Amino acid sequence: MSNIRKAFENGKAFIAFVTGGDPDLKTTEQILYSMEEAGADLIEIGIPFSDPIAEGAVIQEANERALLAGCTTDKLFDTVKKARKKVKVPIVYLTYANAVVKYGKDKFMKRCTECGIDGLIVPDIPFEEKAELADVCEEYDVDLISMIAPTSHDRIKMIAKEAKGFVYCVSSMGVTGVRSEIKTDIGSMVKLVKEVNDIPCAIGFGIATPKQAEKMAALSDGAIVGSAIVKLVAKYGKDAPEYVGEYVRSMKAAVRKAD
Amino acid sequence: MSKGRFGAYGGQYVPETLMNAIYELEEAYEHYKNDPAFIKELDDLNRNYAGRPSLLYYAEKMTKDLGGAKIYLKREDLNHTGSHKINNVLGQVLLAKKMGKTRVIAETGAGQHGVATATAAALMDMECEIFMGKEDTIRQALNVFRMELLGAKVHPVESGTQTLKDAVNETMREWTNRVDDTLYVLGSVMGPHPFPTIVRDFQSVIGKEIKEQLLEREGRLPDAVVACVGGGSNAMGSFYEFIENKEVALIGCEAAGLGVDNPKNAATIANGSEGIFHGMKSLFCQNEYGQIAPVYSISAGLDYPGIGPEHAMLHETKRAQYVPVTDEEAVQAFEYLSRMEGIIPAIESSHAVAHVMKIAKTMDQDKIIVCTISGRGDKDVAAIARYRGVELYE
Repeated sequence: MSNIRKAFENGKAFIAFVTGGDPDLKTTEQILYSMEEAGADLIEIGIPFSDPIAEGAVIQEANERALLAGCTTDKLFDTVKKARKKVKVPIVYLTYANAVVKYGKDKFMKRCTECGIDGLIVPDIPFEEKAELADVCEEYDVDLISMIAPTSHDRIKMIAKEAKGFVYCVSSMGVTGVRSEIKTDIGSMVKLVKEVNDIPCAIGFGIATPKQAEKMAALSDGAIVGSAIVKLVAKYGKDAPEYVGEYVRSMKAAVRKAD
Repeated sequence: MSKGRFGAYGGQYVPETLMNAIYELEEAYEHYKNDPAFIKELDDLNRNYAGRPSLLYYAEKMTKDLGGAKIYLKREDLNHTGSHKINNVLGQVLLAKKMGKTRVIAETGAGQHGVATATAAALMDMECEIFMGKEDTIRQALNVFRMELLGAKVHPVESGTQTLKDAVNETMREWTNRVDDTLYVLGSVMGPHPFPTIVRDFQSVIGKEIKEQLLEREGRLPDAVVACVGGGSNAMGSFYEFIENKEVALIGCEAAGLGVDNPKNAATIANGSEGIFHGMKSLFCQNEYGQIAPVYSISAGLDYPGIGPEHAMLHETKRAQYVPVTDEEAVQAFEYLSRMEGIIPAIESSHAVAHVMKIAKTMDQDKIIVCTISGRGDKDVAAIARYRGVELYE
């Protein structure tokens, strides 16, 4: 069984995202510890990329800060490897296709295995281009996570059938970022997935408040939060681990209410 | 492997949110490109609105001055809105209209594609929003006002390097936000399939006319077709008709900025490597970790870190040749053509002119070169003045 599934074994999952290397790698390492300690069931780390086209302003700026501070894919791998000695929850990377192919697919996956990365989310690799990474992911036992969006409609079953790890349900149109309201009928999207594959579904994009997290978790198997956490990192910088921990704790409690 | 491949290049590397939108576009395009009514309507717009066919002008003075091959200039600068960009936008905005869309969005660098899109949108009653790097809105303030005059809303893009690549990022982001009523009118032969094919097809009118006009004038094909390449739309449009005519050399001129060995350049073929970006697999200027490089050229229209996937294939198969041209060489060509022929070419097109100046004299007098003048240079006059040390602002 994929390690990622473990995140969903103890009830509704809370998935916490952070951009690697923002404001620096030391802080990222501490954030990973505080996220796990506060109850995050799965941690998603963004490898900073110069042109993150699926991200809203908050995470775009985090990517810029991390790159300016000198974060590289290699340095981030080293940090994760170190943190992995303590952190037991599944960890996935979020990055863009170019960061993986330019690094060298084999070399990238080898390092993923070595550093305990369980999965990979690549927003600019849709189902049609999966062949780019699917085989090499399989070879190294790294789950290539599939995304479904409000516009996916008849594509959902096709995508879900071959999905690995969990299905990332994009709650809203547009890019990542905090939203006051989520209008998509996500319940139906999740239902379509479950019709063809018994795989956990987690909802992301736009979730910031405990109330939203509870609602989204009730419709699925978990909630993913990125921008709201990255905002805390932007605000508190090196002191962010403590605040992120506090926030994750409140979100985890909310998600578990949906159990 | 997915659709829309040119050898290993191309593809559809976009977020899931956009997949159905690009399928919808592909289906519509496959239908309308063979629809006689659509073809007739576009042809009418090309003739009676854009001013096609554009002239194929024999540059006699330039030919004599250089003393080698006969030089013809394909005058895309004479089109309505002053560049080849109109060929593509009339097609795409008409397609958007047929698809029932009411709003078009587009990226722009120097503003040529933005102005062309705003123009077509005004003509066809579409809402229009243009994304332009903040840096570029300052460099090309006149074009911003021009687009606004045409009824478009211009969004300065403040992310990243605040130039063309960031404008593309932001337009893609906006498209994921609103696909139902909106079509992204992409400005070059780049992005996810079907854009490289659609834009190439709409631009291929350039090469078709070159062939027809030259056959009429000279009774034969050219020995070389030369065009500038950023994303590569005017070059692809000039080349496409000649790909099967192996005896015709196809030469793309990329922006080498301060030189290919200087970090300040935008020469993708010379310095780039394979990657995946802006929806396509192609060649890009990037570092070892795949971070897209901030590129530079005096020409905002060539200031792009990638190249269309079909060009990447033409380069790989050696069907076309790509050469770097520096800022200095382009500025000299800009001045040369102005004085020699009374034609002020866009600084983008001046890159092609510069290369023609290099090769014409090495070729026999019975050889023929066609150089595409992709746009007019009025927009560049102030920048060239400043390059030459004259403090002139628009």
